[in-house]
Amino acid sequence: MDEEKRIGVFICHCGTNIAGVIDVKELAEYAKTLPNVAHAEDYTYMCSTPGQAMIRDSIKENNLNGTVVAACSPRLHEPTFRKATEEGGVNSFLFSMANIREQDTWVHMEEPEKAMQKAKDVVRMEVARASMLEPLTPKTVPVEKAALVIGAGIAGIQASLELGDAGIKTYLVEKEPSIGGNMSRLDKTFPTLDCSQCILTPKMVDVERNPNIELMTYSEVEDVSGYIGNFDVTIRQKSRYVYEDKCNGCGKCQEVCPVSRPNEFELGLMPRKAAYVPFPQAVPLKFTIDMDSCIKCDLCKGEEACGDLEAIDFDKPDELVTVKVGSIIVATGFDMYDVERKEEWGYKVFDNVVTGIEMERLISASGPTGGNIVRPSDGQKPKSVGFVLCAGSRDQDEEDGAKPYCSRVCCMYSLKHAHQLIEKIPGCVPYLFYMDIRSFGKAYEEFYYRIQNEGGKFIRGRVARITEDPVTKNLTVTAEDTLLGTPVEMEVDLVVLANAVVPAESTQKLKTLLTLSNSPDGWLLEAHPKLNPMSTTTDGVFLAGMCQGPRDIPDVVAHAAAAAAAASIPIHRGSVTLEPIYAIVDQEHCGGCATCIGVCPYGATELNEVDGKLLANVNEAKCKGCGTCGSACPSGAIKMQHFTNEQIMSEIEAFAQGW
Amino acid sequence: MAEEFEPNILGILCNWCTYAGADLAGTSRTQYPTNVRVIRIMCTGRLDPAFVLKALSVGADGVLVSGCHVGDCHYLAGNFKSRRRVALLRKLIEEYGYDRERLRMTFISASEGAIWAEVVQDMVNTIKKLGPNPLKQVGEAGQVGVVADDEF
Repeated sequence: MDEEKRIGVFICHCGTNIAGVIDVKELAEYAKTLPNVAHAEDYTYMCSTPGQAMIRDSIKENNLNGTVVAACSPRLHEPTFRKATEEGGVNSFLFSMANIREQDTWVHMEEPEKAMQKAKDVVRMEVARASMLEPLTPKTVPVEKAALVIGAGIAGIQASLELGDAGIKTYLVEKEPSIGGNMSRLDKTFPTLDCSQCILTPKMVDVERNPNIELMTYSEVEDVSGYIGNFDVTIRQKSRYVYEDKCNGCGKCQEVCPVSRPNEFELGLMPRKAAYVPFPQAVPLKFTIDMDSCIKCDLCKGEEACGDLEAIDFDKPDELVTVKVGSIIVATGFDMYDVERKEEWGYKVFDNVVTGIEMERLISASGPTGGNIVRPSDGQKPKSVGFVLCAGSRDQDEEDGAKPYCSRVCCMYSLKHAHQLIEKIPGCVPYLFYMDIRSFGKAYEEFYYRIQNEGGKFIRGRVARITEDPVTKNLTVTAEDTLLGTPVEMEVDLVVLANAVVPAESTQKLKTLLTLSNSPDGWLLEAHPKLNPMSTTTDGVFLAGMCQGPRDIPDVVAHAAAAAAAASIPIHRGSVTLEPIYAIVDQEHCGGCATCIGVCPYGATELNEVDGKLLANVNEAKCKGCGTCGSACPSGAIKMQHFTNEQIMSEIEAFAQGW
Repeated sequence: MAEEFEPNILGILCNWCTYAGADLAGTSRTQYPTNVRVIRIMCTGRLDPAFVLKALSVGADGVLVSGCHVGDCHYLAGNFKSRRRVALLRKLIEEYGYDRERLRMTFISASEGAIWAEVVQDMVNTIKKLGPNPLKQVGEAGQVGVVADDEF
């Protein structure tokens, strides 16, 4: 570090994003006055090819040994400029970034003079930091040639099949006894009206047959440690109380089981036994004993039932399995909005108010009514059906837990329901109460026209109230027709609430395990909404499907395939480069007090005996670079690389030069 | 004072939550006061008490430490450790004659850009009420660093 510091400062206009608020020329001139700055210039788009070339060339021309780019957030373009610095022949860790867009010109647009002062301060602080930076060498580690997919709905299934077909060993973990997810509940899919089962079940079978996919149903991820390329994942395989290898799926246990309880898969619309499969096409077709409701009568073990197969064992414990994988895909899907919270619509109060997903089961040939669409109150076919769209979506009523976003599937599945009603019940009229019909996808708008022509009635207005005639159980829907500007009241036989999709509750635990964030709407946060919608801020962890936000099946499949492609990159490459941002111990100053051992969340700090003295050491493979040990060390022996005391202190000193 | 006092506040933010939240305030174009200068660290667990003391000793009018919500730390528990440190530091700086409100720790996630803007506004209001760093105030008797505090 004795070499004279020669730092180049590069100021980005970012079009008018920065230059429209502050004077970038003046900022460059200011930068030239700072200590250690050998060169400063500005350019329209520093991240563009000519901008990067400017950095590269300037390093050589001006013999620079450090760079500062004042532009957007380092969370966006730090990697870009590190690379440009490296290409100029300077170690990429001798680069520092001044955030003058997200945290300056974009948030102080109305105070350009103060924004200018802040930009100068921020540039001065980063130049001070850059003066103290030290070169670091990234480490390359091998990647485990396996992947983990969490959640086996259509997203997880698609991602697993892509990975499996690419020759990558894939563990597919699903918390329910069967794979299939929410899509397996659907009858037909819009707008093509393919039968959901006919397109999903072959994929489910493919998953079971694929030699590279190891299916782990009725299992949950319990713990994740490690980092990209080398994750150690502990999976709890909940006991089915049935040996999967012995069960042949004959279903005799189910036949004799005397217990009856609501079937979760059918949303409680029909019962199941304590010995059950969620639905007949389940994969794997292995029975599960629900121990919470089992009365241990042993009938299922009897000769009439499981008998000699001896597949049932009430004492079978849960198993903990540990797998090692290189990348992880989260595909945990969604839950439905609890529309009971909207008291004005009377869900669960009035018999004939059902949700969209319940309607799917009422239409489905494998559902509780065998595909006969009937009113829950009396089993009669409805002649008029009201649809309440945006039931919990596009609604800013936070008290009811409603969501401000569009759920993106409800318009289309309600149109589909309308079509199916017209098709299956002659004379039946569907009335759709809508705000806007959002039929944005391929062939969706055409589908909307088709339903209009088939006799679907559309009333533009939000439903204010639903009341029930206690004798007939018919419902009166009250709304405002905003196109006619009049209130409407309409008596219908059945109401379908097209309820919103909401982030799955089961995702919350994973979010912590994988250190993921969520966006303001509660869905998991992607690395970038446009450029990287399938990656996360945790390297090696990817998102597939609805867990990232509402989308329909074609979009889920595309997203899942993209996630699989992204997840396979480190695996196919065989190695990953890790940031050398880990702590190191200056053993000469270490007093062996073990303070660092207690504070490290990863067990990366260890105490070893060296020449009869206890000295701390940091295992760099385990260290993730939080720096907690560095700030806890009482003797200052631990150095958090790239965030050293000297570097941060120099920034604070530079900060103080602002007044 | 002819001009209104504009506090100089040092923000020490973790990379994963609050720094990202502050970026979100930017992408959302949420406007807030310009008084905070930010140092980015990977985790608030990196917060060395010396950083806070240094900032106050060089004349910062306030220090705002902000990390992930409790339970959401990218490094599992770094924010717990800094929370403890900040609690102690708030008592410690009082011993040096600083109002404890000059040091604040908040928990702001990557999705809470609007909250970041509110917190900055609130911190600026608080510091404006407290006045400049006592080290920068010169008392009538020429004493430097005398702080008026009702508690004493």
